[in-house]
Amino acid sequence: MKRQKTLETSANNDNLFDLLSEEIVFTILDFIDTNPLDRKSFSLVCKSFYITESKHRKNLTPLRQEHLPRILNRYPHVNHLDLSLCPRINDNSLNVISNTCKDSLNSIDLSKSRFFSYNGLMSLALNCKNLVSIDLSNATELRDSAAAAVAEAKNLERLWLGRCKLITDMGIGCIAVGCKKLRLISLKWCISVSDLGVGLIAVKCKEIRSLDLSYLPITNKCLPSILKLQHLEDIVLEGCFGIDDDSLAALKHGCQSMKALDISSCQHISHVGLSSLISGAGSLQQLTLAYACPVTLALANSLNRLSMLQSVKLDGCAVTSAGLTAIGNWCISLSELSLSKCLGVTDEGLSSLVTKNKDLKKLDITCCRKITGVSIAYITNSCTNLTSLRMESCTLVPSEAFVLIGQRCQFLEELDLTDNEIDDEGLKSISRCSNLSSLKLGICLNISDEGLSHVGMKCTKLTELDLYRSAGISDMGIIAISRGCPGLEMINMSYCVDITDRSLLSLSKCSRLNTFESRGCPHITSLGLAAIAVGCRQLIKLDIKKCHNIGDAAMLPLAHFSQNLRQITVSYSSVTDLGLLALASISCLQSMTVLHLKGLTPSGLAAAVLACGGLTKVKLHLYFKSLLPQPLFEHLEARGCVFEWRDKEFQAELDPKCYKLQWEDIVP
Amino acid sequence: MEPNDRLSLDAWANPSSSCNGLPRKMSLENPSFTNFNLQQQEQKWDDTSILNYGIRIEPPFLEFNQASESEYLLSSTCNNQPKVLDQEDGLNNEALQTSKSLDWDPRTMLNNLSFLEQKIHHLQDLVHLIVGRKGQALGGHDQLVTQQQQLITADLTSIIVQLISTAGSLLPSVKHKLSTGPPNGQLGEFLFPPLAGMNCVPQPQHGSGSKAVQPLQHGSGSKAVQPQCVTGSKVSDQCNQMDVTGSFGTEQNLSIEEHEMKEEEDADEGENLPPGSYDILQLEKEEILAPHTHFCTICGKGFKRDANLRMHMRGHGDEYKTPAALAKPNKESSLEPVIIKRYSCPFAGCKRNKDHKKFQPLKTILCVKNHYKRTHCDKSYICSRCNTKKFSVMADLKTHEKHCGKDKWLCSCGTTFSRKDKLFGHIALFQGHTPAIPLEETKGPSLSCDKMDGNEASNKSGNINFSFGSNAGGGAQNIIEVKEDADDPASYFSPLSFDTCNFGGFHEFPRPTFDDSESSFSFLEAP
Repeated sequence: MKRQKTLETSANNDNLFDLLSEEIVFTILDFIDTNPLDRKSFSLVCKSFYITESKHRKNLTPLRQEHLPRILNRYPHVNHLDLSLCPRINDNSLNVISNTCKDSLNSIDLSKSRFFSYNGLMSLALNCKNLVSIDLSNATELRDSAAAAVAEAKNLERLWLGRCKLITDMGIGCIAVGCKKLRLISLKWCISVSDLGVGLIAVKCKEIRSLDLSYLPITNKCLPSILKLQHLEDIVLEGCFGIDDDSLAALKHGCQSMKALDISSCQHISHVGLSSLISGAGSLQQLTLAYACPVTLALANSLNRLSMLQSVKLDGCAVTSAGLTAIGNWCISLSELSLSKCLGVTDEGLSSLVTKNKDLKKLDITCCRKITGVSIAYITNSCTNLTSLRMESCTLVPSEAFVLIGQRCQFLEELDLTDNEIDDEGLKSISRCSNLSSLKLGICLNISDEGLSHVGMKCTKLTELDLYRSAGISDMGIIAISRGCPGLEMINMSYCVDITDRSLLSLSKCSRLNTFESRGCPHITSLGLAAIAVGCRQLIKLDIKKCHNIGDAAMLPLAHFSQNLRQITVSYSSVTDLGLLALASISCLQSMTVLHLKGLTPSGLAAAVLACGGLTKVKLHLYFKSLLPQPLFEHLEARGCVFEWRDKEFQAELDPKCYKLQWEDIVP
Repeated sequence: MEPNDRLSLDAWANPSSSCNGLPRKMSLENPSFTNFNLQQQEQKWDDTSILNYGIRIEPPFLEFNQASESEYLLSSTCNNQPKVLDQEDGLNNEALQTSKSLDWDPRTMLNNLSFLEQKIHHLQDLVHLIVGRKGQALGGHDQLVTQQQQLITADLTSIIVQLISTAGSLLPSVKHKLSTGPPNGQLGEFLFPPLAGMNCVPQPQHGSGSKAVQPLQHGSGSKAVQPQCVTGSKVSDQCNQMDVTGSFGTEQNLSIEEHEMKEEEDADEGENLPPGSYDILQLEKEEILAPHTHFCTICGKGFKRDANLRMHMRGHGDEYKTPAALAKPNKESSLEPVIIKRYSCPFAGCKRNKDHKKFQPLKTILCVKNHYKRTHCDKSYICSRCNTKKFSVMADLKTHEKHCGKDKWLCSCGTTFSRKDKLFGHIALFQGHTPAIPLEETKGPSLSCDKMDGNEASNKSGNINFSFGSNAGGGAQNIIEVKEDADDPASYFSPLSFDTCNFGGFHEFPRPTFDDSESSFSFLEAP
């Protein structure tokens, strides 16, 4: 190789890159790893670059199984293979992978793949000895035999089996015996697995660090052996309805190594059970009690020995002020607190909690509808280091309070103000948070272009902006954003009815844009979208539902330029057969929602879905089901595509102001 | 000398074999019986039956053998009772060692001698014990003392006998004489091995050893005593004696009896009828095994049920047609005080036999029948499903057949379990054992999946061709062609030309998927 290289250099002395050793080029390549397109450009420069890039690449995310043999030959050093974008992975593909990659492969993601069986898994487990990570989530058709095949991967450390509903204790037993090195196993929704299987995992796999047992029909019987695991750090018992206080009370000792505990939705565990579960777990850092027992004084008191606690999530719990105050007293080093949708959060409780926890970094008070500006004043006063504040639908918070946020919490990176009373003054103040990367201003009817312009001018790091139904926004605001925030990746301007093509033309300068949603913007046309297609080559998700003026003219440039597009919604637009068939040439396209297209004929639809080989999900009107032959659907389903049928009448758009009014009628 | 020696070897090996649970290897020398003999020996020293025992020829003795064998079976099947096992294990392991060390060489002799030595020590201890007891003597123990004396004499005798036989094995001239000669000598041989086995527990028996044993023994003894009283005081004497001598060989005995107690299939364990409060009936073997148990006194016809007999009797005359004659006999007599009937097994030596020292009666005739068939008869009913399990009672077979083959929880080691939790307990216990996935399942999905991949797709594409073809009015000939290369996506499109589907005007559009299909085609050919 080296000789070859020197030969090449003698031939073209002008290429300085040839003087660099491979290691240095690899290091350079490491830096351009962030954007896949950059790597692609690099590899297309010349042959030697192509070879270097092939050798350097470690991760692959192929879109079709048909290409696997070739790409695996091209990239010999791949160790992580993500097949979640392949609609169809059969045993043949797994055989090819296992025979080509052999020992170099150490991680494979089959979480959304279907059509493979235990044969493929067996070949994978036997040939790829260094496999440490397998994701088999959503493999709903796999049975115990497949689990037995997985058990042959003796070096496996991480295994996800979420929603493998047919795998029973027998299969889990095989895995427990076979994969002794397991550190992480997720059995979420494996509803056929009971105490016996879980207990055997705990007995046989002593290295377990992380255990996800969500929604398993397990009882107390397997808990003692689980809690005896020496290294267990993270345990998720979400929705384990079989575990109750009585059984937990019998536990003599908790797990000392435990760092994260999740008993969300465990309806039968109260503070009594919780305290026996966390007794001895002095190093607990994360506690998640979402939709679980009421947060009362008693519960808060059971947390008193957890001095290391950093994160508490109480989403959806009934909360008392006394409980919150007590949590504030016991846990003073919290960095993350979530009270999302908690009932009973008042100014009193929240303010006493936040005044004790001055180091709070993340706070979620979504839908705490009782809190007012007082809470916000306390929060902004004590928690000046906040990086994330989510306060969707805190309807009693007045507009003045948002000024405080901008004044005092200037390290904010994520701010969710959806459905609040914030106005332009507030936005102007918030624009001081120069680190802001995600800003959600959906259904903020009091803001206008003026406020948004401030954000656009100062928040240069903004990557995500949500303006859903903020009807006061028009082109001026969007133009300010697109000028000031070149790194914008996601924008949602749905139902901002005043938006026109001018906004889209300016947004087309944001080359990193990958998600573009503009539902119900009647003024934007094919011209604007074409500009987006040309400018934003990284577009992955596009939603132009109810943009009546967008038609086939926009689809052709999209098909040509946006080769990364994966998801598109063209319902209620003016796209016809022609446009849809053009879209079908996008090889990445996986999901299509095609409802109420006036210009769409059954045969045009059939041609489009047949031509688009990578489709995994198509949403169609029921009307087409009878018009297209059943075998066509069967064929497409065999290819890995799922059809979802909708039977909704054509809906005229509501008046944007009226939407808000309606909503207020519902929630008094 | 040969028979003699072999006999002794048998005897030595006996405890070990019982420990290993090998019922086939069971020899005559059931410890319980040696014990039994030991006691009989004192009282009727020159009883012929004992002589027979020694010579192993006479029928009654053989019967004993059978009985003892059955008891062994019981004990060996129930070996997993922890309490008893501990003791038995300890003892038997040592016995095992000694039996291993035994060979056709002077070491045997040495062993014998050392055992003799231990036995003398042991006897010494016993005398100590008696001396100690005398100090705190209570009323009514005279009998006890005499028993103890008898026991000591018996022991001494056996020591002498053992000495003689040991000496005899050295001298070829004596050998012959001994083997034909005094049966006592052989008896001694018989008595010895189990005792020697016991005595391997070296320390004084009434110390740690007897303490551990005594309470248990009392438990089992007291239960057994009551029925024995029925049969005579001689036996109960023996029983008492055993209580005292505890350390002598009764341990083995005890363990076996414990097993028996637990194992008994008839549920009269808890019943503690005072002796004499019930009549004991003993049916003969032929009666028990006869298919019919109720015979017409007039014509001799046999019936399985009394009710049927009564119905039959109507044919023999009007006197049998009265309601009184037809009614259940029990109901008539219910006015009178009911005499409880209990049954004895005709098999001599069986615990259910009334002559057994710990006799436990059987409640009903059905119990007798089942007991006799289960314990003393061949197992002639073979399960037709597994062809391994044998039963002597038809009902047992039927019960088994209900569950046979349902041991679906299979371990990789081949063990089957009827319950999943038992399997998982087994797997948790042993390294390297894994649950075995049933064969149908491993086969099933694999085939179906392969079919899914290949055939299903082909079927579907075929179907598409068909329907589209019919739409177009004649594409049926495509079906076969497509089915051949079913997995090739390209074929999906070939018959489905846009023309036939009336897509009209779409020709000029790019059909990028065809690129993919080409590659996929090559992919399919590659391997």
